[in-house]
Amino acid sequence: MTQLSDQAVARLQSCMQEPDLAGTRYALVRYLARGGMGSVWLAEDTMLQRRVALKVLDLVPPTDDFARRLLQEARILAGLEHPGIVPIHDVGTLPDGRAFYCMKYVEGKTLTHHVTGTGLADKLRLLERIAEPVSFAHARGVIHRDLKPENIMIGAFGEVLVMDWGLAKIAAGVPPPAENNTDAPMVTAPGVSGQGKVLGTHGYMSPEQARGAAAVDHRSDIFSMGAILWYLMTGSPPGNPPGADTSVPRPLGAVSQKAMAPDPDERYQSAAEMIADVARYLEGSPVRAYSESPFERAIRIYKRHSTAIILVAVYLLMRLLFLLLARR
Amino acid sequence: MSANSQGGNFPLTRHSIVSAAQSPDPSSRARAIETIAAAYWKPIYKYVRMKWNIDTEDAADFTQEFFTRLLEKEFLDSYDSSKGRLRTFLRTCADRLYMKQMRDSTRVKRGSGSLHLSLDFQEAEQELAASASAQSPEDLFDKEWIRSLFAQAMQRLRADCESRGKMAAFHLFSRYDLDEADSKPSYAQLADEFRLSATDVTNYLSFARKEFRRCVLEQLREMTATDEEFRREARSLLGMEIE
Repeated sequence: MTQLSDQAVARLQSCMQEPDLAGTRYALVRYLARGGMGSVWLAEDTMLQRRVALKVLDLVPPTDDFARRLLQEARILAGLEHPGIVPIHDVGTLPDGRAFYCMKYVEGKTLTHHVTGTGLADKLRLLERIAEPVSFAHARGVIHRDLKPENIMIGAFGEVLVMDWGLAKIAAGVPPPAENNTDAPMVTAPGVSGQGKVLGTHGYMSPEQARGAAAVDHRSDIFSMGAILWYLMTGSPPGNPPGADTSVPRPLGAVSQKAMAPDPDERYQSAAEMIADVARYLEGSPVRAYSESPFERAIRIYKRHSTAIILVAVYLLMRLLFLLLARR
Repeated sequence: MSANSQGGNFPLTRHSIVSAAQSPDPSSRARAIETIAAAYWKPIYKYVRMKWNIDTEDAADFTQEFFTRLLEKEFLDSYDSSKGRLRTFLRTCADRLYMKQMRDSTRVKRGSGSLHLSLDFQEAEQELAASASAQSPEDLFDKEWIRSLFAQAMQRLRADCESRGKMAAFHLFSRYDLDEADSKPSYAQLADEFRLSATDVTNYLSFARKEFRRCVLEQLREMTATDEEFRREARSLLGMEIE
């Protein structure tokens, strides 16, 4: 029998893993990342001489259904033209039989790299920008279902992109982009084991999604947005149920809790509604999710109008001093 | 679509050698056990050498005995693919057999069973000496299983290439993907070395890799009992398991 060294075994293993791009317009550059149903590779588009990312289905996926789901994901992405959603260029089957799609290569880092060293206000502005493509998708009847920090990419020029739409589904009542409906659950996702069950990522997945409820709607993404807000404030995903953290400003804690309410009817009913509350916090206005005490209101008003309040206070003090001096 | 369409990814219709090994027909059973032994004897031999720290002769006797017991339906009849992978099952069987032998002091010497396999234990010993030692016996077993699977797939690839008059593709593949050198030769270097055009090198390598993948998956298909086990093992083999 052929004797194989450790090095030869490793090479053969990578030969099994690497997508076969022979005869295509793409040249393999390097491995980038793994997803729930395939891997992402950096490649050179030799025709247009630009770098692209190829999402390639595994040679042996967990089920035959995955090729259909990859195509479905590609079609969903193609229907979502938004600066915050990575554009798709091509879709097809490689010579080795693997389904793939080609998308823009985004150079940047995931949201997980932006938790430390970024101020709270900047983090909240990031959340606002995450909400834009999410709202856009919701308006077109698409639910992401796997929103989490690892799926948010911050580009080299500060652009925010929502990635990995592999679990996305078309909301009930909206025509799907192909003959296949995407209601049928689901796929394996990182961090969760099992197969053929409703899956997402623990900590960011809504209770109804975790239960495998058929009627998961866009408010499941609102739950994930609340969990991302919590992550941005604390550096870790919320527990179950979300715990308290004294470092979290109470109004923002309340926004996060409202977004993550177990009952979808008690959550914000849209991403825009949630972000409006975050914007209120940023501008120093009361958020709707939180009833503040008179003392907290006074502190908030002071923080919001501190310059004016100080000027008025100084003015009044000086007037008082003048009055006292005049009486003498 | 910009790339070629080639249909399915892997074979789905090969008969499992595991089913044949559980067959009541002695001849098909013996053939199946020999095929399983070809894939597993080195992992078993090296595993017991490392785990139980036994000498080469005892490990060789044990390996022969293990596959004899396999033929005599002592082990495989209790294998249920829904409960675990074949390779994990065989490794557990090896542990049980060794402990039983220790308990009963009934170690059987080579040749006493009804099956005698012609196995090159010296080669296995050399490989064991050359392999990295900082690993658990279980990891070693899994690694040896992959090595054995690839080696058999290479044999199959060679036979296929020979029968189809494509040995140039096989030699190129061996040179490019199996060479011991630290860095791979460039396609231009290979073109010079094999007196081919760069396009031919690309095409031959693509052909050989595609055939190699097919051979590995066929081999794996034969060594697994169900489609689910096949997929699980394939994903484990390809480093795609999501734990």
